[in-house]
Amino acid sequence: MPAEVRFDLLWPEFLVAGLAFAIFTLDFFLRPERKNILGWISAIGLLYIIAFTIPFLNDESESLFGGLYRVDDYALFFKVLSMAIGGAVILGSIHYVGKYLTHPGEYYAIILLSVLAMMMMAASGELLTAYLSLELLSFCLYILSGFALHDRKSSEASVKYILLGAFSSGLLLYGIVLMYGAMGTTNFAEMAAFLDGHGEINGRLLIGLTLLVTGLGFKMAAVPFHMWAPDVYEGAPMPITAYIAVGSKVAAFALVLRLFAEGLLPAIDQWNILIAGMAAVTMLFGNVVALAQTNIKRMLAYSSVGQVGFLLMGVASLSTLSSNGLMVHLVGYSATNLAVFFAIIAFYNYTGKEEISDFAGLASRSPFLAAAITISLFSLAGLPFLAGFVTKFYLFSAAAAEDLLWLAGVAMVASLISLYYYLKVARQMYISPATEGEDSTIKVPALLYGLVGVMVIIVILIGLYPEPLVNLIEDATAVILPGGDASALSLR
Amino acid sequence: MNGLESVLLFSLVVTPFLGAAVLAFFPADNHKLIHWYTRIIAASGLAIAAYLFITFDTGDSLNKYIVDFDWLPSLGIRFTLGLSGITVPLVLLNAIIFFGGVLISWNVDHRPKDFFVWLMLLVAGVYGVFASRDLFFLFFFYELAVVPMYLLVGVWGSSTDFGTFLRTKEYGAMKVMLVLVAGSVLVWIAILAMWVEAREITGIADFGMAGLSQVEFSEGFQKTYYPFLMIGFGILAGLWPFHTWSPDGHVAAPTAVSMLHAGVLMKLGAFGILAVGMVLLPDGARFWAPLLIGLGTVNVIYGAISAMGQKDLKYIIGYSSVSHMGYVLMGLGALDTLAVDGAVLQMFSHGIMTALFFAMVGVIYQRTHIRDITILAGLGKKMGITGVFLAVAGLTSLGLPGFSSFVAEIMIFIGTYRTYPVVGVLAVVGAAITAVYILRMLGAVFFGPIDENKWKDLTDANKTETGVAALLTGFLLLWGLYPFRIVEIIDSGVVPIMERLGS
Repeated sequence: MPAEVRFDLLWPEFLVAGLAFAIFTLDFFLRPERKNILGWISAIGLLYIIAFTIPFLNDESESLFGGLYRVDDYALFFKVLSMAIGGAVILGSIHYVGKYLTHPGEYYAIILLSVLAMMMMAASGELLTAYLSLELLSFCLYILSGFALHDRKSSEASVKYILLGAFSSGLLLYGIVLMYGAMGTTNFAEMAAFLDGHGEINGRLLIGLTLLVTGLGFKMAAVPFHMWAPDVYEGAPMPITAYIAVGSKVAAFALVLRLFAEGLLPAIDQWNILIAGMAAVTMLFGNVVALAQTNIKRMLAYSSVGQVGFLLMGVASLSTLSSNGLMVHLVGYSATNLAVFFAIIAFYNYTGKEEISDFAGLASRSPFLAAAITISLFSLAGLPFLAGFVTKFYLFSAAAAEDLLWLAGVAMVASLISLYYYLKVARQMYISPATEGEDSTIKVPALLYGLVGVMVIIVILIGLYPEPLVNLIEDATAVILPGGDASALSLR
Repeated sequence: MNGLESVLLFSLVVTPFLGAAVLAFFPADNHKLIHWYTRIIAASGLAIAAYLFITFDTGDSLNKYIVDFDWLPSLGIRFTLGLSGITVPLVLLNAIIFFGGVLISWNVDHRPKDFFVWLMLLVAGVYGVFASRDLFFLFFFYELAVVPMYLLVGVWGSSTDFGTFLRTKEYGAMKVMLVLVAGSVLVWIAILAMWVEAREITGIADFGMAGLSQVEFSEGFQKTYYPFLMIGFGILAGLWPFHTWSPDGHVAAPTAVSMLHAGVLMKLGAFGILAVGMVLLPDGARFWAPLLIGLGTVNVIYGAISAMGQKDLKYIIGYSSVSHMGYVLMGLGALDTLAVDGAVLQMFSHGIMTALFFAMVGVIYQRTHIRDITILAGLGKKMGITGVFLAVAGLTSLGLPGFSSFVAEIMIFIGTYRTYPVVGVLAVVGAAITAVYILRMLGAVFFGPIDENKWKDLTDANKTETGVAALLTGFLLLWGLYPFRIVEIIDSGVVPIMERLGS
C-alpha cells in the first residue's frame, strides 16, 4: 500500500464536484430567463470530464486510504457510465425544466452531485464508504423527486421516498454493524479473507447479511421492497423518473456487484439461493403487476422492477461470465430506458399527458417518436436486432452456466409477460386512431430529437455488434473477479 | 467467405435487412416507387435463391457456401451461414412466396412503406433461420421472423364477424405474437441447456451447430430437453394442441402475410424440429418419435374435420394448413428416410399451395368483401381465372397425382406405413376428408346460381394476380411431374441426419 495518497487519481471526482459548485454559484449571476444555459454548461462540462477520465482506463488498480476507495477499470467504467447518464438526463431536462420547473440552478447542480455519488459508489471498497456514497445519492434523489413544487404528487413522492429510504438506510446500517461485529472488518477484501478462513456463515453474520440485502433491496426496488417505486416514478418530474430508473440502478448494481464479488464470493453457496429467490419473485411480480397499469410512468416503474429481477440473477449466479452479463445488460437497459423516457418527455412537453391511452395514433402524429418508443419497448422485451435481445441472451446464458437454468427459464417467462404490456403501447400508437381534437402533429425540439436518436442508435448498435462493449466490460470485471476466463469453464 | 455462392448466400440474407433499412427513409407518399423498389428486392432474392438451387451440388453431404464471422467469442457465438440439401429448397420457397406476396400486395395503399419494411424484416428473419448454422443466430432470426407479425396483422389485417362475437385483428395479432414467443421460450431453454451441457463436457463455449452435433449428450439429457425443442418449434408448426393461433392468425392477416405465414413461417417450426432437435439430440428424437407421430396424426384428422365445419374461406384454409402440417410432422416422426424426404418436400409443396390458396382468397375478398361460403355462390361465371387457380390449389391439397403434394404425401404414407402401419392408414383417411371439404368449398363458391344484381360489377383476377397464381402453379406442376431433382437434393441433406439417427 503506497504511503502517500495519490490525489491525482481522484481528479474526475474533484472536477464533478467543482462543476456542481460552479453551477450553484453561476446561478446567482444569471437572470431567470437565461438560466437554461446552466443545463448546457453542466452537460458539456460532464462531457469534458468524461473525455478527461477515459485515459485513466489502463488496467491499473490503486487502493486509496487503506482500501476505502478504489481506482480501477471497474470503477472507471461505472464513472464514465454515470457521467454519461447524468449528462444525458441533464440534456433531456432542459426543455422540461424551462416549461414545468423552477430553480434550474439547484436542479442541475444536485444532479451533478448525485453523479458524484454514483461515481463514489462504484469506487467504494468498504461498507461505510459505500453507505456514505449511497446516502449522498439518496439525498439528492429525495430532493429531485420533490422538485415540482406546485405539484402535490411530486411532494408526496418525495416524502414517501424519504421515509422509506430512511428506514432502509437504518436497516442497511444495522446490517453493516452486525457484519462488522461478526467479521471485525468492513473492508471487502478482508471480508473475503475472513469468509475463506471460516467457510460457514454464523447466525449473526447471516442476520447482518440479510439486513444488508434488505437495505440494498429497498434502494434498487427489488420485490418485496419495491413499494415506493411506482409512486415515486409517477410523482417525480419526468426526467428525474428517468434518472431514478436508470442512474440509481446502475449505481446500486455497481456497488452490489463489487460487494458480492470482492467481499462475499467465498460464501456464495450460502447466499445465492436468497438472491436467486428474490430475483425470481422480483421479475415475476414486477412484470405481472405492470400488466394492469394505465399510466405510462407506472408501467415503466413496474417494468424496471422486473428488470431489477433480471439483474439480480447476475448476482445470484456470480461468476466472471455473469458479471459481464449483468454489466452488459445494465448498459443496454440504460440506453433503452433513456430512449423511452426521452421520447415520453418529448411527448409530455407537447401534450402534457402521460396515460397509455393518450398515445393513441402517435404513429401518425409523430412517426419518429412512435418508432423510437416501439423500438425501445421491443428492446426491453428482448426482441432481436436490439440491445435487449443480446444482453438478455448473455445474462441468461451466464445464469444457466451456473446451474440456474430454472431461474433463466423464469426470466424468459417474465420477459414473455412483459411483451404483452409493451405490445399494448405499440397497439395504441400504431393501431388505434388518434382521438378527435388531439391529432395535431407533435413538434419535437431538435435537442430531444437528437437525444432520442442517439439512444436508439446505441440500442441498435449494441444489438447488432456488442463485442466492443463486451471487451470493455471484460476488462472491468477482470478487476473484481481476477483469474476468471469467461470462455473457459466456470470459475468461482 | 469464399466462392461466389457464399457471397450470394450472404447477400440473400442481408439484402432484405438493408432493403428494409433503406426503405424506411423513402418518402411515404410515393406509393409507386415503394412498390417497385420492394419488387426489385424480392426479385433479386428469387434470382439468387434459384441460382443456388439450380447449381446445388448433391455430391457431398456437408453444409455448403459457408459464411463465417466471429461475433461474440466469450459466449462462443459466431455468425455462420450455410446451406444443406434441406435448406436450399426452403430458401427457394421463401423467395418465391416473398416475390408472389409483394406482387399480390399491389393494392396495399394504407401506409405501404411501413407495410413493406415489416414484410422485408419478416422475410429476412426466415432466410436467416434457414441459413444459420449457429444456434444464437438461428434463435435471433427466429424471433425476428415472429416480431413483425404483430403490426402486420394488427394494422393491415381484417377482423372477422361471427355474428355472436367479433374476432378482431388486434386479438389475432396479439394471439399470434404471444403464442409464438411462448414457443420460442421453450426453444431458448433447450438451447441454453445444450450450450451449458456441451460446455461442461468439452470445456468449450460454443453455440455453433457443427460443434454441438459432435458432442455426446447423455441419453437422459436428450430425453429431457428434446420435448422443449419439439413443442417449442412445434407450436410454430401448428402442432396439435398448440395450433389454435394458426387459423386465427392467418384469417386476421392481410393476404401477403397469410401467404408468408402459412407458406413459410410454419415451415420454420418443422425445420427446427428436424435441423435442431433431431440433429443435436438424436436419442431424444428416437425416444419421443411416437409422440410426435401421434400428435401429427391428430393434426391431420383434427385439422381436416375442423376445416369441414368452417364457413369462412380463410378459416377453411387455415385449418387445412393445420391438417397438412400434420403430414409434415408425421413424416418427421416416422424417422424413415423416405418419410422425412417426403416431409421436406411437403413443406415446400404445401408452402406453394397454401400461398396460392390465400392469394386467390385474397382476390375474392378484395372484390366482394365476403369470405362466407354460404353467401358466395356461382362466382365461377364472373371469376373464371380465379376459380381455376383456386381449383388447382384445392386439387393439390387433396393430393391429385400430377401435383407436387401427391409425390410428397405418397412418400410420407409409404415411409410411415413401413414403421407405423396404423398411422399410414389414418393419414390416408385424412386425405379423404380433405377431399370432402375442398370440393364442398369449391362447389359452394364457384358453382350454382349467381346473384346477377349483386355481382354486376365483379371483375376477375387482373394480370398481376394471374401472373402470381401462374408462377405458383408452375412450381406445383414442376415438382409434381418432375420430382426427381428436388428429391435428390433433399435426400442429400436428409441421409446424413438419418444415418446419425441410426435408421
